[in-house]
Amino acid sequence: MNLAWTLLFLPLAVAAANQLVLKKTGLAPIVSVGSALATFVIALILLGKNETAYFAWATIGDFSINIGIKLDQLSTGMMIVVTGVGLLVHVFSLAYMKDDAAKARYFAGLSLFMFSMTGIVLADNFIMTFIFWELVGLSSYLLIGHWYQKESAADAAKKAFLCNRIGDFGFMVGILMLWGITGHLAFDQMKGGLEAFQAANPAIFGGVLSAAVLCIFCGAVGKSAQLPLHVWLPDAMEGPTPVSALIHAATMVAAGVYMLFRLQFTLGFEVFEGLQASAVIAWTGGITALAAALMATQQDDIKRVLAYSTLSQLGYMVMAVGLVSGEAGMFHLFTHAWFKALLFLGSGAVIFACHHEQDIWKMGGLLKKMPITGFTFLIGFAALIAVPFTSGFFSKEQILEAAHQKEPILFWIAAAVAVFTPFYMTRLYVVAFLGKNRSENASHAHEVGPLMSGPLVLLATLGAIAGFPFIAEKFSPAYHQPEHLIHLGFVTYVSIGALLTGVIAGCVLYAGKEKDPVSIPLLQNRFYIDGLYDNFLVRYFQDTFAAIIAFFDEFIISGLIVGGLSRAAESFGNLFRKVQSGSLQGYAFAFGLGVILVVYFTVFGR
Amino acid sequence: MATLNDYLLVSGLLFAIGLAGVVLRRNVIIVFMCLELMLSAANLTLVAFSRFNVPPNGLPDYNGQMLVFFVITVAAAEVAVGLAIIVALYRARQTIHTDELTSLKG
Repeated sequence: MNLAWTLLFLPLAVAAANQLVLKKTGLAPIVSVGSALATFVIALILLGKNETAYFAWATIGDFSINIGIKLDQLSTGMMIVVTGVGLLVHVFSLAYMKDDAAKARYFAGLSLFMFSMTGIVLADNFIMTFIFWELVGLSSYLLIGHWYQKESAADAAKKAFLCNRIGDFGFMVGILMLWGITGHLAFDQMKGGLEAFQAANPAIFGGVLSAAVLCIFCGAVGKSAQLPLHVWLPDAMEGPTPVSALIHAATMVAAGVYMLFRLQFTLGFEVFEGLQASAVIAWTGGITALAAALMATQQDDIKRVLAYSTLSQLGYMVMAVGLVSGEAGMFHLFTHAWFKALLFLGSGAVIFACHHEQDIWKMGGLLKKMPITGFTFLIGFAALIAVPFTSGFFSKEQILEAAHQKEPILFWIAAAVAVFTPFYMTRLYVVAFLGKNRSENASHAHEVGPLMSGPLVLLATLGAIAGFPFIAEKFSPAYHQPEHLIHLGFVTYVSIGALLTGVIAGCVLYAGKEKDPVSIPLLQNRFYIDGLYDNFLVRYFQDTFAAIIAFFDEFIISGLIVGGLSRAAESFGNLFRKVQSGSLQGYAFAFGLGVILVVYFTVFGR
Repeated sequence: MATLNDYLLVSGLLFAIGLAGVVLRRNVIIVFMCLELMLSAANLTLVAFSRFNVPPNGLPDYNGQMLVFFVITVAAAEVAVGLAIIVALYRARQTIHTDELTSLKG
């Protein structure tokens, strides 16, 4: 178990060392990469172990909050994803952030993120999950805002943090509800508590559990950027691209899916069959997948296209979890982590080579200039659009299969997403990598160095083969091996049909075009959801609320309580001031009157 | 022959005149004199009670008259200090009218 504790706390130690000691020395990047490598090796050693260990962190009477580690196939498999992608992103960052002035801060942030993410994955109870959940939010905030001098980056960091906080509030309520229902916080004991509750209150069991699960789902909505809290993820692309690859594509945003699956795994899958909350989760995922895919078709920023594609794929995973086919969702999470990290790092290489040009219409012809990047990007592209025998194909097939069996409408929504995904990815690839250079920056682009192309090649390999059973069985956090490698049936035909439709439509529309031939303002403006939030939620809801609070502050607190007390003292003072007239005879008269009264009461008073 | 009541009546009148002077007059010197008048009224009462309170041995109770001597002594000292204050006050403010001396108000 000592290894597991090292796995958890090494990144924290490195983050602290980087921030506090190594800032001036230039050693910070090397130390961080070393720690990432060490954690990856530890994760490989721990793979498949089944152990639990904990210590009491805070004890209040009989109640104690534990910091614990739970190793099983789910958590160790997830650790492979986290540390694997993490290691490659660290290496890539060495080159990408070579000229950045605040390298130490950046690598300290990455290490802090690795610590937080490890904490979520290994947690053995919900309070610990929540603590690290918040830490992940913090490190994401720090890394999105790495270039905080840029106003848009600072705003995006704030937006991400606030959106996450909204979800986390529900998450906390959900944890407390679940605690109330089961009486336990540790995953191992929850199932027993739930069964006791079910036996005691069969009538309200479904409703109460649904409410708790939906509250917990709020946390996943925030972190995994599902509708309606998805707005932060595209904006989070203001951060450095390796950060987008690690946090906003492969690991952190997948934490919501992981947590939901952990919940189902803990409480038992049969409880979730037919629960209203499961239907809500599935539909949220499905609608997010479709809406995000539609929005992706009209974005011009290479990273934003990928961000919306991430949203859409996360929608798939959440939908699978909602359909109680979580192992399909986790398998998709596993494959998606590799190829999406690949796509993001590829886009990072492109942006780096084109001198921070992100508009795909100002690129073009990059395949010839950057063959390694272009080719690895093509593999990621193929995996994302689920070309048969790539990793994405196997996992997406399982999700579609599950949807087909359980909820036909969601299956058709997922199929529609499967049309749009190849469409927007083809558009991206054709416009950015094929054709001819459309700008000065793009024509000067040349292949990136080995520190960048190395991770790309490794990720491309994994992106291509991670879906095959011999890999997935061993490494995927949860995997349900199908009977045949490819089961040719209705679902497969629909999937391949959707793929061909999307690719052909993309090629026909965009091949050889100089500018976007299609313009749909509704999609360019992302269904006006951001505008709606800014103009409606912020203006009416938040401003009204702020006005109420200002009223309370100004009149109740300031006027009545603080000001009221001082005014009462002042008016009493004014009253007594009249007595101090300064007139000598007035005093004498009062004095005489007083004497007479005293005499009167002494003599006649009794 | 005058009775105790006659003395007390005169003493009460003197005290009332003194109090009226203290309360109503504006000139500090007059106020001061009225103050003395009130002291004299008290002295007269003490002496009267002393004179008319005769025990069986025929000798009057001299305690009251002793107290009057103390009052006269203290009053003399008070006059010395009081007049000095009034002179100093006049030098400082060029007035000894109480309605113009109201700077000590809240």
